[in-house]
Amino acid sequence: MIDIVLLTFLAATAIAVVRHRNLFAVVMLAGIYSLLSAGLFVTLDAVDVAFTEAAVGAGISTVLFLATLALTGPREAVPVRKPYLPMVVVSITGAALIWGTLDMPRFADPQAPIHQHVAPRYIETSPTEIGIPNMVTSVLASYRGYDTFGEVTVIFTAGVGVLALLGIRRKRSSKDAAEKE
Amino acid sequence: MNWVGLYNYWIVIFLMMTGFYIVVSQGNLVKKLVGLNLFQTSVFIQYISMGKMPGGTAPIESSAPAVYSNPLPHVLILTAIVVGVATTALGLALAVRIKQAYGTVEEDRIREEDRNV
Repeated sequence: MIDIVLLTFLAATAIAVVRHRNLFAVVMLAGIYSLLSAGLFVTLDAVDVAFTEAAVGAGISTVLFLATLALTGPREAVPVRKPYLPMVVVSITGAALIWGTLDMPRFADPQAPIHQHVAPRYIETSPTEIGIPNMVTSVLASYRGYDTFGEVTVIFTAGVGVLALLGIRRKRSSKDAAEKE
Repeated sequence: MNWVGLYNYWIVIFLMMTGFYIVVSQGNLVKKLVGLNLFQTSVFIQYISMGKMPGGTAPIESSAPAVYSNPLPHVLILTAIVVGVATTALGLALAVRIKQAYGTVEEDRIREEDRNV
């Protein structure tokens, strides 16, 4: 029941994000959106995901967005074109996706294929096999350790990319300015 | 046919399409990234919804017998959240660089400047 309320709030927040032109408000609404989804994850039993979403999605992302806004300005220009074409594209895509959900297993169906594959094995044997009561940690760090390694690689690459875009360039441009003088 | 069981998925699709709409229709690059984040979070909700078991609890072993929700989507989404913030940071860094180079983050004006060059 509470998840239906949270989902409705999420939809309302998303509409507010579309309508606001003040980017500061948009970023704050995006933080609220993240926090609401963290609450939703708790009701759906994903406590680890909720932690991460609240800390990373609502926390770090919002800080990053605010830091960017400080450099790029908080106002969004009023669009010149009417967004009819995007509206049509989005409606058609959404309708196709909804049509696709009709075949999906219903919410919280114990017979759904997702519960039949490796998950029962993780649930039954990981507490004894790995020795950690939290199954999510066991799967993350042990059974699917390669995924986590790939994640670390992506973060490293993104960090290098951010440094390459912001740090080194700025130094070179200040050197150029010094040479011109 | 039980339609109530699809409510989660439909809201997910609505959120996803809202994010998609922001990305394609709005000209401001920072707002596009917010739209991308909305889209991303909707995918997270989709995965976590699929892992829910009826009457389940969080997948942490307890002494009392319990039904646990599926831990696998939780793991995948933990990875995805962190990767998502890394890509957002890269996108924002690009936006800052574009602001330095063009003096604006509005798509239309960037295109104008390109045409003038």
